[in-house]
Amino acid sequence: MHDLSTAFVTAFQLILSLDANLLEIVGLSLRISLTAVLLAALVALPLGAAVALFRFPGRTVLVAVLNSLMGLPPVVVGLLVYLLLSRAGPLGELGLLFTPTAMVIAQTILVAPIIAALTRQTVADLNEEYAEQLGSLNVGPGRAIWTLLWEGRFSLLTAVLAGFGRASAEVGAVIIVGGNINHVTRVMTTTIALETSKGDLALALGLGIILLLLVLGINSTALAVQNTARRLYG
Amino acid sequence: MVNFLAAWNGETEMVEDLRLTLEEVSFEVGSKKLIDRLSLIVEGGPPTVVMGPNGAGKSLLLRLCHGLLRPTSGRIIWNIGASNDVRRAQAMVFQRPVMLRRSVAANVDYALRMSGMRERKARRERVAWALEQAGLTALAGRSARVLSGGEQQRLALARAWALQPQVLFLDEPAANLDPAATRACEDMIHTIDAAGTKIVMTTHDLGQAKRLASEVLFLHQGRLAEQTAACFFFKQPQSQPAAAFLEGKLYL
Repeated sequence: MHDLSTAFVTAFQLILSLDANLLEIVGLSLRISLTAVLLAALVALPLGAAVALFRFPGRTVLVAVLNSLMGLPPVVVGLLVYLLLSRAGPLGELGLLFTPTAMVIAQTILVAPIIAALTRQTVADLNEEYAEQLGSLNVGPGRAIWTLLWEGRFSLLTAVLAGFGRASAEVGAVIIVGGNINHVTRVMTTTIALETSKGDLALALGLGIILLLLVLGINSTALAVQNTARRLYG
Repeated sequence: MVNFLAAWNGETEMVEDLRLTLEEVSFEVGSKKLIDRLSLIVEGGPPTVVMGPNGAGKSLLLRLCHGLLRPTSGRIIWNIGASNDVRRAQAMVFQRPVMLRRSVAANVDYALRMSGMRERKARRERVAWALEQAGLTALAGRSARVLSGGEQQRLALARAWALQPQVLFLDEPAANLDPAATRACEDMIHTIDAAGTKIVMTTHDLGQAKRLASEVLFLHQGRLAEQTAACFFFKQPQSQPAAAFLEGKLYL
C-alpha cells in the first residue's frame, strides 16, 4: 500500500515537472497515432461512404467483413505487419521494422476498418433521408459520397475519434512492430507494459493517468462538438 | 419578371410544346400493383393537380414521372421542345423538405452546382434571385435546418425553381404547414406558375386543389378514375370514386 501511494506521488511529480522522458514518450505516441488516424481517415471515409452508396455484387459480404474487421486483434495486425516488414518479408528491403513508420503502418491497418465501418453506417442512415432529394438533383453516387460525408461531418468526427482512441490505447501491434526501443519506438502503452513488468510503477502510472485523461478529453470534445453542431445546424 | 426568366431560358413559349405522356404505366412491388396501367397526357400550361384518397398512388405517380422510380412496365415519354435534356427540364419538391446542413444560400447554390452551372457569379445572382422570390433574403446566411417548417418549404420551392425547370413536381407541398405558411407556399406556387413553369402537384386538401388546379387527375387504387378540367371536376365529377371523394364519403 505504501509503495502504491509513493508511486502515485512520483507519477504526479513526473507529470507536473514535465519530465523530459515522459514528454518524449507522450509526444511519440501522439505523433504515431495521429498520423495513423489521419492516413486511415483519408482512405476509410470515402471507402465507407462508397460501400454505403454503391450497389455491387458482394456488397453484403463486404459489409460483414468490414464490421468484423472492427474487432481486429492488435497483436494479429502486429504479427502481419511484422511478417511483411521483416528481413525475409516482401517489404523487408525497406528496413522499416522497429521504426515509428512501422508502428504507423500497423495502427493505420488497425484503425481504417473502424472508421470505414462507422462511416458506412452513418452515411447509409443519412442516405435514407437524402436519397430522393439527391436523385432529384441528379447527384449520382460518386458525387453523393462527398455530399454525405460533409452532411455527416459531426457524426463522422466521432468515428475518427473512436479510431484515435483505439490507436492510442492499443499495445499489441506497436510492441511487435516497434520493439519498444528506448528513445526510438517507446510509446505510452508499451512503456506502461514494460515498466509494470519491471516493477517501476511511477512512470507506468504517470503515463496511465495521461492516457486516461487523453481518452476523457477526446470523448468530451466529441460530445461538445456534436451538441454545438446540433444547436447550430439542426 | 416573366421577361427576366425569358432572358435566362431564351424560350418561355417552349412550355407550350411541353407534353408528358404515360403509356400503360404500371408499378408493382412484389405481386402488388400499386400503379395499374396508367395512360394519360399532361401538357404545359396552368397547374395539374393529382388527387385521390390515401394509397391511390399519387406520390408514386409523381416519382415515376420524375424518374425516381422506374415503371415495372409501360412507357413515360417526355416532349420538351427545343432542349432535350429531360433531367434538366424537371425538378421536384417533397412533402418533407430535405435541407442540407449548410446555409440557406448554400442549399440553393448546391442545387445549381449539381445542375452543371459552373460560373460562380451567375450562381450567386441566381441564388439571390431565388431567395428574394421566397422572401428568404434576410435569412440567406442562416443554417437551413433551423428554419421553421414553412420557411424550409419555401426554401425547397426556391431551390427547385432556381433550376428553371419546365416542369415542377410538388408532392403535398403544404401537408405539414399551418394556414399562414400554406398561404405563403401557395402564393409562391402561383408565382412559379405565372412565370411559365408547369406545376404538377398532389394534394389531399380539397380547398387547396380548388385554389390551384386548372386540371385534376383523380386516382383511385392505382388507376386513373378521371382527368377533368378543374372548373368541371368540382361541380360534376365524371367518376364514382371522385364523386364520393368530393361528397366526403368513404368510397372503398
